[in-house]
Amino acid sequence: MASRAKRFFEQLLFYRSAAIGLAIILVLVGISVYAIFAIPYDEAVRLWRAGEQHWLNNPRNALPSWVNIFSSKKLPETIILDTSEPRPGVSKAIVPVLGRFSQIRIEFSFDYQYDDFPSELNLFFKSRFNASAPQLTVHWAKPNGEEYVLNTMIISREDKYYISNDDRLARELRGLISAKVNRTIEYDAPVTLLLFAEEDASILNPSTAKVMKGTYRLWIEGMAFETNVDVDARLIVYGKVYGWAGTDHLRRDIGIALLWGTPIALSFGVVASVSIALIQMFIGAISAWFLGRVDTVLQRLTEVFMVLPFLPVVIMISTFYKINIWILLLVVIGLTAFGSGVKNYRAMFLQIKEFPYVEAARAYGAGSFRIIVRYLIPKVLPTIIPSMVLSVPDFVFLEAALAILGLGDPLAPTWGKIIDDAFTYGALYKGLYYWVLEPSVLLAITSLSFAMLGFALDKIFNPRLKEA
Amino acid sequence: MGGYVDEIVKGEVYLSISQRVRQNPAYRHLNETQVRELIDALYANELKRIGFDKPFIYRSFAYLKDAITLSLGRALWISSASGSKSVYIIITERLPNTVLLFTTTQLLLFFIGLFVGLFLSRRYGSVADRLAVMLAPLSSLPGWFYGIFLILIFASYLRLLPYGGMVDVPPPTDSLSYALSVLKHMTLPVLSWLVAYSFINIYVRRTFFLMFSSEDYVELAKAKGLPESVIQRRYVLRPTLPPIITDFSLSLIASWMGAIITERVFNWPGIGSLLYSASVMFDTPVLVGLVVIYAYLLAVTVFTLEIVYAILDPRIRMGGA
Repeated sequence: MASRAKRFFEQLLFYRSAAIGLAIILVLVGISVYAIFAIPYDEAVRLWRAGEQHWLNNPRNALPSWVNIFSSKKLPETIILDTSEPRPGVSKAIVPVLGRFSQIRIEFSFDYQYDDFPSELNLFFKSRFNASAPQLTVHWAKPNGEEYVLNTMIISREDKYYISNDDRLARELRGLISAKVNRTIEYDAPVTLLLFAEEDASILNPSTAKVMKGTYRLWIEGMAFETNVDVDARLIVYGKVYGWAGTDHLRRDIGIALLWGTPIALSFGVVASVSIALIQMFIGAISAWFLGRVDTVLQRLTEVFMVLPFLPVVIMISTFYKINIWILLLVVIGLTAFGSGVKNYRAMFLQIKEFPYVEAARAYGAGSFRIIVRYLIPKVLPTIIPSMVLSVPDFVFLEAALAILGLGDPLAPTWGKIIDDAFTYGALYKGLYYWVLEPSVLLAITSLSFAMLGFALDKIFNPRLKEA
Repeated sequence: MGGYVDEIVKGEVYLSISQRVRQNPAYRHLNETQVRELIDALYANELKRIGFDKPFIYRSFAYLKDAITLSLGRALWISSASGSKSVYIIITERLPNTVLLFTTTQLLLFFIGLFVGLFLSRRYGSVADRLAVMLAPLSSLPGWFYGIFLILIFASYLRLLPYGGMVDVPPPTDSLSYALSVLKHMTLPVLSWLVAYSFINIYVRRTFFLMFSSEDYVELAKAKGLPESVIQRRYVLRPTLPPIITDFSLSLIASWMGAIITERVFNWPGIGSLLYSASVMFDTPVLVGLVVIYAYLLAVTVFTLEIVYAILDPRIRMGGA
C-alpha cells in the first residue's frame, strides 16, 4: 500500500516536472509569437545592425531599469531635453537685435534625484543660418547655485558637443573645485562626476563622492550676425539604466535580441532535432529493410560521417560561406543525417522486421516503401519522442556555440550573439554581469524546460526505466 | 581518380613554378616559348616528385604510409610556438595541454559516475537518489556554458581564480609553483565539466546498474546469502563492464580532440583551439592530420575493445558466433 502510494507520488512528480517544462515552453512560444508580430524580422535586423547613430539617445552599457526596484541606491535614468519638443524646463528664445544680429538663449533645467552619477553628458545642435554661424557659450549651474562655463564654440548646421569627453573641461573643473575645497583632487575625475558632485571633502575620493541632488540648469547664450537664424539643441544626460534588458556597448537595446533570440533558438532547436531524428530513422529503416548492398553503402557512409569531426566541418563551412542561420540549420541537418543514430535505429528495425505483423503485411503484397512508412516507422516513433525532445537543447546551444566562435548568422540578433559580444567586449572583466546573465538565463531556462519534459516523457514512453 | 583536389594541387604547383621561373633573373634572356617549355619541364618534374604521375591508388598507399608513420606534412599557415611548420610538431606541442585538462576531466567524470551510480543503485528511492534524478536535466546545458557562470562567480566576482589561460604570466620559473599555477588555471574548466556532466553520468550509471541488479542471477546470489560487496562486484559490476569500458575508452579518445568551445571560453592552448584556428584559416594539413590520428585511434580502440569484451564477460566468448 505504502509502496503504491509512493509510486503514485513519484509518477505525479514526474508529471509535475513535465508540466513545468511544458508551461515554460508554452511561455517561450508565446514570447516568440509576440516577437514576430511586434517587431518584424527585417525591422529587428535593421535595428540590430543600425549602428551607434540610431541609438544615440540610449546610454552605453546600461543595466536594466528594474535593478532600481531591488537596490536602495537609485541609478539614474536617461534624461533627454530637446528644444524642438517644448516642455516645462526647456525654453528657447531667439531675438533679433538692431535688425542685424540675433541673440540666442536656450535653457534646460531638470531635477536630478538619483544616487549615482550619469554615465555621459552630450549636447547636440541643429541650426539654420545663411552665412554666419552662431557662436554659443554653454553654462552649467548646480543646485546650490555654483556656476561654470563649459565651453564656447561656433557650431555648424549639425553639431555636437560631447561634454563628458571634454578633457580640457575636466582639467579646468578639477582645478576650480580643488581651489574651493582647498585640497587637490588627485585622481582623474570625469566631467560627469565633477558636474554632479557635492563640492566638499567627499569629492577627493571617487568612492566617497556624493551626488548633489536638486535642480540643475544648463543654458546656452549666443550671438549670430544675421537675423535668419534658428538653433535647436538637445541635451542628453545619459543614465545607467535602460529598458527591461539594458543596453550593450553600441547602446543597442538588448531586449530586441532577447526577444528575437527566442523564436530563432526554438525553431533552430526543434527543427534540427526533429528532422535529424526522422531522417536518421528513415535511413536506419531503409538500411535494415533492404540489407545487402544498400545496407553496406549506407552503413559505410554512416561510419565516414561518424569519424568526421562535426564542429570543425561546420566551422569551415560557415567561415567559407558566411551563411545565414537557416542555411546553417540545413548544413547541421545534412552533416548529422548519417550520425550514430542510424546505427541504433537500424538495430531496432532489424528486430521489428521479423515481427509477425510485418510478415503479414508482406504476405498481402505490401511494397517495401509501404512497409517502411506504415509498419516499421510507426512502431519506433513513440520511443524516439523523448530523445527528440531531449536533443533540442543540444541544437539550441550549438547555435549559441557557433555565435561564440564568431560564426553565427552575421545579421540575426540571437542569444549567442549577445553572449559573444559580452565576452568579446569584456563584460566579465568590467563587471557588466547582466549582459552575460540575461541571454544565459534564457538559454538555460529553454534547455532545462525541454530536458525536464524529455526526462518525464522518457519515463512514460519507456516504462522499463520507471520500474527500475 | 583523385577528383578535384588533384586539380587544385596541380594548379598550385603550376602557379608557384611559373612564378618562380618568371621572377628569376637568370631566365630573363629566354623568350616566351622557351620560358613556357622550361615551366612545363619543371612542372612535370615537380609532379613526379610529389608522386602525381602515378595513379591515385598508388598514391593512396603512399598517403597511408605517411599517415601511419605520422609524417603529417607541413602546415599551410599555422606554426608551432617554437616556430616549426611541421604538423606533427604543432600537434604534439598542443597535445599535452589538452590531455592534461580533458583526460583528467574524463577520468574524474568516469569514476564519479561509476561509484556514485553504484552507490545510488543500492539506495534506490533515497533522498540522495531522488536528488540525482532531479539534477540530471542540468546536464542539458553544455560544459562551456557553466564555464561562463563559473568565470563570472570565481574570477570576476570573487577574484579567486584566473579568467583563463594555462599558466600565470610570466610563467613561474621553478617547477613546483609552475605546477601549482597550472592547477589553479585548470580548476575552473574541470569544475565546469564536472557540474555539467556528472549528474547525467550518475543518472545513466545508476539506471543501468538498477536494470542489471534485477536480473535473476543477482536474485539467486542474494538468496544464497552472499555478502553485498561480493554481489556488487561479481554479479552486478562484472557483466555491466563491457558497455562501461566502451563508454570510458571512447570518451578518453574523444577527450584528446579537446573541446573547441570550452578551450576558447577558457583560453586554453590545446587541440580544440588548434582545431578552431585551423578551420578558420583553412589549414587543411593540420585538420587532416588531426582527423587522421583520431580515426586511427578510434579504429585501434574499437578493435581492442572486441578482445576486451571477451575477457571481461565470459558469456560473449561462449556465445561463439
